[in-house]
Amino acid sequence: MIVWIILFPLIGAVINGLLFASGLWKKKLNGDEHAEHSISGLIASGAVLLSAILSTYYFVQLLSLEPSQRQIIQELFVWIPSGEFTVSFELMFDTLSSVMSLVITWIGFLIHIYSLGYMHHDKGFAKYFTYLNIFVFFMLILVLGNNFPLMFVGWEGVGLASFLLIGFWYQDTEKAYAGRKAFVVNRIGDFGFILGIFLIFFIFGSVNYQEVFGKALDPGFMGTVSGVTITAIGLLLFVGAVGKSAQFPLYVWLPDAMAGPTPVSALIHAATMVTAGAYMMARCNVFYSQSPTVQMIVVSIAAFTAILAASIALTQNDIKKVLAYSTVSQLGYMFMAIGAGAYVAGLFHLVTHAFFKALLFLGSGSVIHAMSDEQDIRKMGGLRKKIPITAITFLIGTLAIAGVPFLSGFFSKDEILASLYHRGYTIHWIIALITVVLTALYMLRLYLLTFEGKSRVSDTIKRHIHESPYSMTIPLMVLAVLSILGGYIGIPDFMGKVVGLSDTNLFEHYLAPAILLDSAKDAGHHLFGHWDLAAISVGGAALGIIIAFYLYYIKPSAADKLAKDIEPVYEGSLNKWYVDELYDYIFVQPFSYLCNAAASFDQKVIDGAVNGVASVIKDTALTLQTAQTGVIRSYATLMAIGAAVILTIIVLW
Amino acid sequence: MSIGIEHYLILSAILFVVGAYGVIVRKNLIIVLMCLELMLNSANLAFVAFSNALGDMTGHVFMIMSITVAAAEVAVGLALLVSIYSHRESLDIDILKLLKG
Repeated sequence: MIVWIILFPLIGAVINGLLFASGLWKKKLNGDEHAEHSISGLIASGAVLLSAILSTYYFVQLLSLEPSQRQIIQELFVWIPSGEFTVSFELMFDTLSSVMSLVITWIGFLIHIYSLGYMHHDKGFAKYFTYLNIFVFFMLILVLGNNFPLMFVGWEGVGLASFLLIGFWYQDTEKAYAGRKAFVVNRIGDFGFILGIFLIFFIFGSVNYQEVFGKALDPGFMGTVSGVTITAIGLLLFVGAVGKSAQFPLYVWLPDAMAGPTPVSALIHAATMVTAGAYMMARCNVFYSQSPTVQMIVVSIAAFTAILAASIALTQNDIKKVLAYSTVSQLGYMFMAIGAGAYVAGLFHLVTHAFFKALLFLGSGSVIHAMSDEQDIRKMGGLRKKIPITAITFLIGTLAIAGVPFLSGFFSKDEILASLYHRGYTIHWIIALITVVLTALYMLRLYLLTFEGKSRVSDTIKRHIHESPYSMTIPLMVLAVLSILGGYIGIPDFMGKVVGLSDTNLFEHYLAPAILLDSAKDAGHHLFGHWDLAAISVGGAALGIIIAFYLYYIKPSAADKLAKDIEPVYEGSLNKWYVDELYDYIFVQPFSYLCNAAASFDQKVIDGAVNGVASVIKDTALTLQTAQTGVIRSYATLMAIGAAVILTIIVLW
Repeated sequence: MSIGIEHYLILSAILFVVGAYGVIVRKNLIIVLMCLELMLNSANLAFVAFSNALGDMTGHVFMIMSITVAAAEVAVGLALLVSIYSHRESLDIDILKLLKG
C-alpha cells in the first residue's frame, strides 16, 4: 500500500491544521504553549518519519526484485473518467521515484526535527508544521504519481506550499511580496508545463507514463510523429522546469524566496521542490533523448544559469542570498547533465546537492539563530569558536559543494563534467569548469567571512551568541555525515577499479530501469581521459579555494582593493547584474502602465457610458417633472386642450 | 321652424363647454362635480339626439347606461367629498396637491 507514504503527511497536516493552527485545542491546554508546540511538532515530524520508514520499506522491496521488474503500481480510483480521456489516481514506486521519495522524506524528517528548535519561539508554530506537512504531501504526489495530471497536481501543490511558507511572516510586507513573486513567476513556467501535457495527450492519446513512454519508444509510432512535435513537447516541459527549478530567465523568484523561515529554504528551496524540474525531465527522458535541438537549448540555458548565478553569489553579503544563488547555480549543473542526456549524473547531483545544500542552509539558520536574526556576513566573523558544531558542519558542506575529493559533491560534479566532455559539449564543459572555480571561491568566502578571521559582531549581539539546541545540531551532524558519505553510492567504475572493485556505480545501476532511452553518445573526445578530467575539476576547485583563502583569510585588505580595481564588474555582480531591474523595466512597468490605462478606460469610457445614460434619463425626468404640478385644474385644462387638438386633427385629416 | 338635430347638438355643445369651463375654473369641489354632471348630460343629450335622428336605438341604450354609471359615480364622488371635507375642513380644490412631482 504505497498510498500510505503520501497519506501520513496529509493526516499530519489535517490534525495540525484542525486542532492546533485553528486554536481549537488552545483552551484544552489552558494556553500552555510549550505543550501545544510539543504535541503539534511531534505529530508533524512523526507523520514524515512514518512516510520515510515506509519509503525505505518499499525501497528494500524494490531491491529484492529483478532490476527490470522494479516497479510497484497501485491504482486507487479513476479520477477523471471522461470518454477517451481517463485519468486514474495511480501511484508508481519505481527506482526513480523511490530515490526522490527517500530524499524527500528523510531530509524532510531531519528538517522537521530542526524546525522544532528553530521555530520554537514562533507564535505560528502549528501553522508552520501544517504547511510543512502539506508540502511533503504534495511533493510526494509529484514524484509518485503515475501520470502527468497527477504530477501537475503535486507541481501546483508544492507551489502553493512554497507560497504559503515564503510569506509565512506575512505581517512583513516585503516577505508577503516575495511569496507573491514566487507564485507569479512560477505560473509562467506552469503554463508551459500544462501546454506540454495537453500536447502529449493530443499526440499520444494518453497521459499515463507507461502508455506515453511505451508509444514514444515505438519506432513505428514515432515515424508518424514529426520531430517538431517532439521538440515542442520537450521545450514546453522544459519551460515548466525552468520556472519550478529556477533556471534563467525565471530564476529571480528563488533568491527572494529566502524571506521564508530558514528550514523552509533548506527543504523547499534547496533540497526538494526546486529539483522537481530535474525529476520531471529525467522522467521524460524518452522525449529529450530524441530531440537534440531541445538538448542543446537545455544545456546552454543551464550553463548560462550556472555561471550567472555563481557570479552573483560571489559578492552577496546576505548569508542566505549566497546560498540561494548557489542553489540556482547547482541546479544549472543538474540541468546541464540532464540536457546532455546524462540523466543519472543529474539525478546523482540532485541527491548529493540535497544533502549538502540542506546542510548549508540549516547551518546558516543556526548562525542566524545564534546571531539574533542577523544575516549580513559583514557583521559576522570569528564565529567558529562560539558555535563550533555549526562551524564544522558548515565547513563540511562548503567543501562538499566545492568539489573537494572524496566528499559527495566531488563524485557527482565530476560525473557531470565528464559526461559534458564526453558527449561533446566542450564549450559548456569549459563554462562548467569556470563555475567550479567560482563555486569554490564564493563558498569559501562565505565560510571564511562568517566563521574565521576577526569578529565584526556588535557587542550587544555578541553577548547572546550561543550554540543551537540539540534538535538543531543533530540534523546538522547527520547531514554532514551524508554530505561526506553520500557520494559513495555512485563511485565511477574507473575509480572503483583502483581498489579492485567492479560495478561500484550502484546509483547508476539502480536507476537504469527508469532511464528508458539514453542518448548515450561518444563524441570521440579522447584528449582527456577519466582521470585527467577528475584532476582538472579538482584543480579548478583548488584554485577557487586558494584564491578565497588569499583574499579573505591571509590578506583581507586585498579583497577590498580588488573590488575597487574592478568596480564596474563588482557593482554589477553586487546588484545581481540588474536582472530584477531589467525585468521591472521590460515587464512589470509596461504591465502596470497597461493596467492603469485599462483602469482609466474602465472608469472613463465604460463607467462614463453607463453614468451618461443614467444622467440623461435623470435630466429628462427632472424637466418633465415640472409638468406634474398636482393642481387638478391644470390637468383638466391640459386634458381638454389635448382632446380638442386630437379631435381637430381627426376631423381635419 | 322645426327643431332638428342641429339644435340638439348645439345645445349639447354649449352644455359641454359650460361644464368644462366650470371644471377648469371653479375652485369648489361641489361645483366641479356639478359641472362634471353637466358635461356627462351634454353627452347623453347628443346620444339621444343622434339615436332619434338615425332611428337607431343603440344611442338610447348607451344613454341609459351612462346615466346609471353617472349615478354610481356621483355617489362615490360625494362620499369622497365628505371624507375630504372631514379631513381638510375645506373643499378648495387647489389645496389637494399631494401628487405634485
